[in-house]
Amino acid sequence: MSHHSIVIPTKDKLFNLGEFFRPTPGNILTAVILTVGLIITIIRFTMGIGSVTNLSNTQPWGLWIGFDLLCGVALAAGGYFTTVACYVMGMKQFHSAVRPAITTAFLGYGFVVVALLYDLGHPLRLPFMFFFPGTTSVLFEVGLCVATYVTVLLIEFSVAPLEWLSSKYPVLIKWRKLVVHATIVLTIFGVTLSTLHQSSLGALYLIAPEKLHPLWYSPFMPMFFFVSSMAAGSSMVIFEGMFAHKGLHHYMDETHLREADGVVFSFARAASFILFAYFMLKLIDMLVQANLPYVFSGYGAWWLVEMLGFVLLPALLYAKGARDRNLTLCRIASANTVLGIVMNRFNVSMIAFNYNLPSAERYFPSIWEFCISIFVVTMIVTAYRFIIYHMPVLYEHPDFKDEH
Amino acid sequence: MKRRTFLTIMGSAGVVSALGTAKVAQAGPHTFPYYADSYGVLHDTTRCIGCRKCEEACNKVNHLPKPKKPFSDLTVCDTHRRTGEYEWTVVNKYKVNGKDVFRKLQCFHCNDPACASACFAKCFTKHPNGAVHYEGSQCVGCRYCMVACPFYVPGFQYDEAFDPLVQKCTFCEPLLMEGKLPGCVQACPKDALTFGRRSDLLRLARARMADNPGKYVNYVYGETDAGGTAWMVLSPAAGQLAASLTPDDAPLAGDEMKQLGLNTHLGHSPMGELTYGALGAVPMIVAFWPVLFGGAYAISKRREAMYKAEKDEKVKEAREDVAAAVDAAVRKIEETQGPGAADTARRAMTEALKARETECKCHGEDK
Ligand code: SF4
Ligand code: SF4
Ligand code: SF4
Repeated sequence: MSHHSIVIPTKDKLFNLGEFFRPTPGNILTAVILTVGLIITIIRFTMGIGSVTNLSNTQPWGLWIGFDLLCGVALAAGGYFTTVACYVMGMKQFHSAVRPAITTAFLGYGFVVVALLYDLGHPLRLPFMFFFPGTTSVLFEVGLCVATYVTVLLIEFSVAPLEWLSSKYPVLIKWRKLVVHATIVLTIFGVTLSTLHQSSLGALYLIAPEKLHPLWYSPFMPMFFFVSSMAAGSSMVIFEGMFAHKGLHHYMDETHLREADGVVFSFARAASFILFAYFMLKLIDMLVQANLPYVFSGYGAWWLVEMLGFVLLPALLYAKGARDRNLTLCRIASANTVLGIVMNRFNVSMIAFNYNLPSAERYFPSIWEFCISIFVVTMIVTAYRFIIYHMPVLYEHPDFKDEH
Repeated sequence: MKRRTFLTIMGSAGVVSALGTAKVAQAGPHTFPYYADSYGVLHDTTRCIGCRKCEEACNKVNHLPKPKKPFSDLTVCDTHRRTGEYEWTVVNKYKVNGKDVFRKLQCFHCNDPACASACFAKCFTKHPNGAVHYEGSQCVGCRYCMVACPFYVPGFQYDEAFDPLVQKCTFCEPLLMEGKLPGCVQACPKDALTFGRRSDLLRLARARMADNPGKYVNYVYGETDAGGTAWMVLSPAAGQLAASLTPDDAPLAGDEMKQLGLNTHLGHSPMGELTYGALGAVPMIVAFWPVLFGGAYAISKRREAMYKAEKDEKVKEAREDVAAAVDAAVRKIEETQGPGAADTARRAMTEALKARETECKCHGEDK
């Protein structure tokens, strides 16, 4: 129905920027956030990290790592989750979900790296990890995997911009063909890298058993991070879809719209199983580590909130939503899961971290740290919109129909 | 090509971590510590009077910025300070069984340091002289070393815009190389800090305990904690202070180490060992996942192919069936109505079939 209105950039009119300059509330808010963000960026890089953050020697990692890195990477897990479901498991009915998922994953990871530069004392020295590889460090593994995976995602994603630009530069079609042929190899490579760094984000904290509260510290943290990243991946596909349907409906073609609901219900069922599994893992881990007494403390209450309200509850909601084919319920469950993932990463990196210290030495992010995190999210959304307005992500390019 | 290099690097990461584990395994659980002949310092808190002379000396020999309050102000010891980027050592006052006891904090110069294991740019190295050396010129400023240090030692220059570095006690390596004592050790008026070979210091600590029954807790902090440290601490025991104990303090007796702010729950192996398992899994995943997912892919491809073959077979059968039926019908018509009518019938039937088939194709493929 609506695919007639899709503006497909052509040879003579490559750009479609009109959407950005309409004075909608969204556009105005975007402009304000980007301006503030730029100002803080200048302050950060001319006056030091201390000028804009509440970081200290006891809390060297704050919101920028806890949100931008830990949450960012987990929430970008939709990329590997969807490609594996579609290409490896052969669930072709998810095909229209692949490009949006790859796009968000690529943007997510790209901006994780951007956000990381704010947090590094010597951002320009990031490549030093390749010159002086600290192979005993989990962070080295994270860095290596993320660097490689960003490259893989770039290649996987490149199909969309190539199709966009090919009307003007037909040479690009060759490269596109190459990438399309390599899809399955890239997918398997991608899931391997994802497994590694998703889990090693959890492994980062293995080295600080005395700093992290026992209810969150576990030798199985790598596994917890990986399993919850799968839940995050499937939930993010549903969650983003919800917003895309609101704002970008007229950029979706019939196939996308027809398949969208099916994707939601399948992913909801998968997420429900994963969340149940995660719940059981955490529960057993708690019992095996004899942490039961901690459950009845203040932190224990918080732990129960996380486990019951943000793992078990969305698992049930998803199960019911998928069975009754209730779209709204599935979407609520996805928002619930996404919040739960953020909460979990915050707990590990900030709330339950340094739980032993007197409250005066504890950390709370400064307003500027929040601003930068919001800034990064806004940049992602803006970049996403740019891509949607120009490239065949939510629709199939007419020149390349039925070519996969 | 990219993939291959990556695998090589990943593989070597695994091997290196395995080597790391092997080194520990060689040392065995009870043969602590390696670097027994390296230097260390023993801090006897029963002798420390909280004069802050070591702080002052450290500030001076390392050319650190002067603090706001002068070193002669002893009240600062009351609040529990931590070491930081410009204070590489601090002396705090603790109540141990109701009595004031002072303890000096600084980098413990661990035998197998958590910071070194955590740094992804190899900035920290344990030198044979005992010092854990930090190389600022290759530091990325990620501060993972600070997350990793179980003693909350390293500080970061958050106020520095262009060259912020991690800072901590250096064991006064430049002085050591000149054959001199570290600044703080030189300055201590009470002999609370003893410099020497680590093995000698352990012997000395035992001797002090034996010579003064009841004076010390029978535990050398740092002998095995966190895998062993070059700087070690002796704590006063309840015995020496028992006389001054009020009944209220009595329950406190016995966990002097804790009261002295020392973490006794770090375990006896290096902190880095906690991550070796996860790192060791890397080559496994790199080797196994592609096989697993490749297999899954092959299965789903095969399932698809089988499904298609089955479908083709069915279609073929159906087509043959129809052809036979048509033939039979046409023969019947030929028998009863002659060859002309038969020809017309055959043509009509074939056309009808063709039309239906194309229609089916349009609808069927999409679903
Ligand atoms: S005390 Fe901390 S900073 Fe010093 S060597 Fe040990 S882990 Fe490193
Ligand atoms: S801050 Fe520097 S020394 Fe510390 S882990 Fe990062 S790169 Fe290594
Ligand atoms: S050894 Fe040197 S750097 Fe370390 S605390 Fe003593 S004076 Fe300071």
